[in-house]
Amino acid sequence: MSTSTTTILNLPDQATATLPKRNYLNAEHGLLSWLFTGDHKRIAMLYLFSITFFFFIGGAFAGLIRLELLTPQPDLVASDTYNKFFTMHGIIMIFLFLVPSVPATLGNFLIPIMLGAKDLAFPKINLLSWYLYMAGGTFTLAALVLGGVDTGWTFTTPLSTHYLNTHVITAATAIFIAGFSSIFTGLNFIVTIHRMRAPGMTWFRMPLFVWSNYAASILMVLGTPVLAIAIVLVALERTIGIGVFDPTKGGDPLLFQHLFWFYSHPAVYIMILPGMGVISEVISTFSRKRVFGYTAVAFSSVAIALFGFFVWAHHMFIMGVSNYSALVFSLLTMLVAVPSAIKIFNWAFTLQKGSLTFETPMLYAFGFMGLFTIGGLTGVFLGSLGMDIHLTETYFIVAHFHFVMVGGMLMAFLAGVHFWWPKMTGRMYPESLSKLAAVTTFIGFNLTFLPQFILGYLGMPRRYHSYPQEFQVLNVLSTAGATVLGVGYLLPMIYLGWSLKYGAIAGNNPWQATGLEWQIQSPPLTENFLVTPIMDHEAYDYEWLAHKTEQEVTTVG
Amino acid sequence: MANTIATTHDSLHPTLEHPHVHDEHVVLPQHRHHFETENQQREAGSFGMWLFLLTEIMFFGGLFFAYLLYRNWYYPAFASASNQLSVPLGAFNTVILISSGFCMALGVYYAEVRQKTMLVAMLILTTFFGVVFLGVKGVEYHEKWEKHHIPGSSFDISEFVNPPIDAKTGKATEEPLAPDMAQKTQVFFFLYFAMTGMHALHMIIGIAVLGWLTWRAHRFEFSNGYVAPIENFGLYWHFVDIVWLFLFPLLYLINRHPLK
Ligand code: HEM
Ligand SMILES: [Cu+2]
Repeated sequence: MSTSTTTILNLPDQATATLPKRNYLNAEHGLLSWLFTGDHKRIAMLYLFSITFFFFIGGAFAGLIRLELLTPQPDLVASDTYNKFFTMHGIIMIFLFLVPSVPATLGNFLIPIMLGAKDLAFPKINLLSWYLYMAGGTFTLAALVLGGVDTGWTFTTPLSTHYLNTHVITAATAIFIAGFSSIFTGLNFIVTIHRMRAPGMTWFRMPLFVWSNYAASILMVLGTPVLAIAIVLVALERTIGIGVFDPTKGGDPLLFQHLFWFYSHPAVYIMILPGMGVISEVISTFSRKRVFGYTAVAFSSVAIALFGFFVWAHHMFIMGVSNYSALVFSLLTMLVAVPSAIKIFNWAFTLQKGSLTFETPMLYAFGFMGLFTIGGLTGVFLGSLGMDIHLTETYFIVAHFHFVMVGGMLMAFLAGVHFWWPKMTGRMYPESLSKLAAVTTFIGFNLTFLPQFILGYLGMPRRYHSYPQEFQVLNVLSTAGATVLGVGYLLPMIYLGWSLKYGAIAGNNPWQATGLEWQIQSPPLTENFLVTPIMDHEAYDYEWLAHKTEQEVTTVG
Repeated sequence: MANTIATTHDSLHPTLEHPHVHDEHVVLPQHRHHFETENQQREAGSFGMWLFLLTEIMFFGGLFFAYLLYRNWYYPAFASASNQLSVPLGAFNTVILISSGFCMALGVYYAEVRQKTMLVAMLILTTFFGVVFLGVKGVEYHEKWEKHHIPGSSFDISEFVNPPIDAKTGKATEEPLAPDMAQKTQVFFFLYFAMTGMHALHMIIGIAVLGWLTWRAHRFEFSNGYVAPIENFGLYWHFVDIVWLFLFPLLYLINRHPLK
């Protein structure tokens, strides 16, 4: 078995290779067999398609926003339409893309397999959570078709409760329902991880992907109900005027902010943690090394989750929290950067000691590391009180969270999809095209969002559809970048679709990775394993893998 | 070594290699295929239920947070408003709810010892007490309606600004509130309705599930040692009880007549 320096692709002999006759994709036929499936892998695929669908709708709104901002004049749409654009963009991207993306697709597909289980603990609840997601998505689209919402994705009171005749209730219902979808996903993961591990699969033999999804699940289970109740209160206040947030009736709008950010700050970690898990897997595989400081990386996920609950008020520095609490929250915010930094440094050490190859998933992972680091560092800027007061509600914020979420999370999602695509479908995609897409995405991303840091620093506020003339150059750059970025996202759609039919047969373990998922056939059987596996080595044990391959070769020979 | 992880062979039908070897256990029909053992299934189910209840705690937690916050801010209004709640009715309901919880616990016991008739009887009793609780709640809501203490446009603060005079002592029964503080009683009543309403909604859902479980119990579904649904529902029902055990003192008791 030779590994060349440029690639470790380990494809079967293409003349004779075929897909396994029996796998989860062809186990049953017909649309109904998909709509009523209990198989976590099929549910993952349902999610993958629907999440991609919503991603492109959300993306279309991003395109419209950038188009309006091409010129300083408010020439494309009126301001209230513009407000509806960015609200729809935010709602769809946050609740229908970023929150479910990695857990619901890759997590659903992989967690049971990585643990050596046949399925998640509650297959029916898993299917239910997909239906809830779809119902949430439908309500969101309904809000859109009925005329839109203009409160921003944060539903800030009193805007959302008292003003403007838009479809806040419909959108709130959407988020409430979609929230339950993520609660159930998290619950399913936690129970599965606690109760369904195969013999020998101890906590510290679990892949880091499982750890990070575990941490994210804790956040989903504890945080999302608080959002749900906040949303219910908004809906009640809007319909029957109950007054919890209305000062004229004795309520306080700040209460909404507290409830909302108590969820929505941890929610950013719901979004980013699973992505970090993907990066750990990819970096380990393509450096052929156990992730440096495995235990520290595993615990840092849980630490991020726990700290994440104590920093919400950094979203409220200018909204009237007291100076003392602002100070405390500012310090706590800095603390969250520590476990994130642990991860970044440990990945860097892994790379430094590893023998690297640059497959497509690895390119995306590099993109993640660079962009997330910038996003995280600018987060520390924002966490420091004085800076935040200057920068808040400007384009600096927009750049910050796009670096973290788009540069970080979306890169991780694409890394993961490219990494596990051969396992999910049994087929490879064209390598040069996929590398081109990764590079295009990276360039397009930087062109879009780097100018926004400068814009924000210069004082361009967010959420306006016109701006002073002198900001135009940077805005044109940003819009041009968004176009390149769009191409970068469309490319995988095309070649991955193509590969479903024409891609080369991938074989069980094209990357020579160590995870349990790579030791079974691609695509897997419905029941994943014929015999429950026994985990007899650490995670990322490449020596074990080398030994195993030798043995297999001798057996076959 | 290498054979610890099974790779697949198309020729083998999965059931031939199916790893369920239950020597000492009888495999129950409710055993789900993806669990290795009966016990694993049962543990996963109850663990899942506990986690779900944790999300419920967070859900109610948002409301409790709001209540404590506003109670601090508008203490006099909350004190006056809480005096409008009927302690006898609340106390009666507490007893009712504890009785239903007791019946539910007995129900779980009878399911475990496989006494079908007693199980069905206990489930019906639990339902009965649940319905009585909701009925009393309805009476209380109706009274608030008549006194115009339902938040909204017809909300009436006059009783808090000019409290009625007690015939015997000739003094006001309450400390009068300034009109702007009297407005805040609305916040109390809103929270009262939101919290007890959310609690009642949980009971209504619980009663619906009870009906379904009773029907299944009647068909001997829980008479063979498979009692996970009864146990898990029991946890849910006790959770609803416990929420009430917090609501009752918070809403009805702690602010009573603090200003005298
Ligand atoms: C090192 C970690 C991070 C720190 C220290 C940090 C800090 C902050 C601070 C202080 C703000 C408030 C800015 C303001 O409104 O004035 C903010 C905003 C934001 N952050 Fe982060 N952040 C971090 C990581 C993340 C991550 C991982 C995500 C998402 C995956 C994220 C998403 C957001 C979003 C969406 C906002 C804007 C919220 C809004 O006002 O609409 N952040 N961040
Ligand atoms: Cu935050």
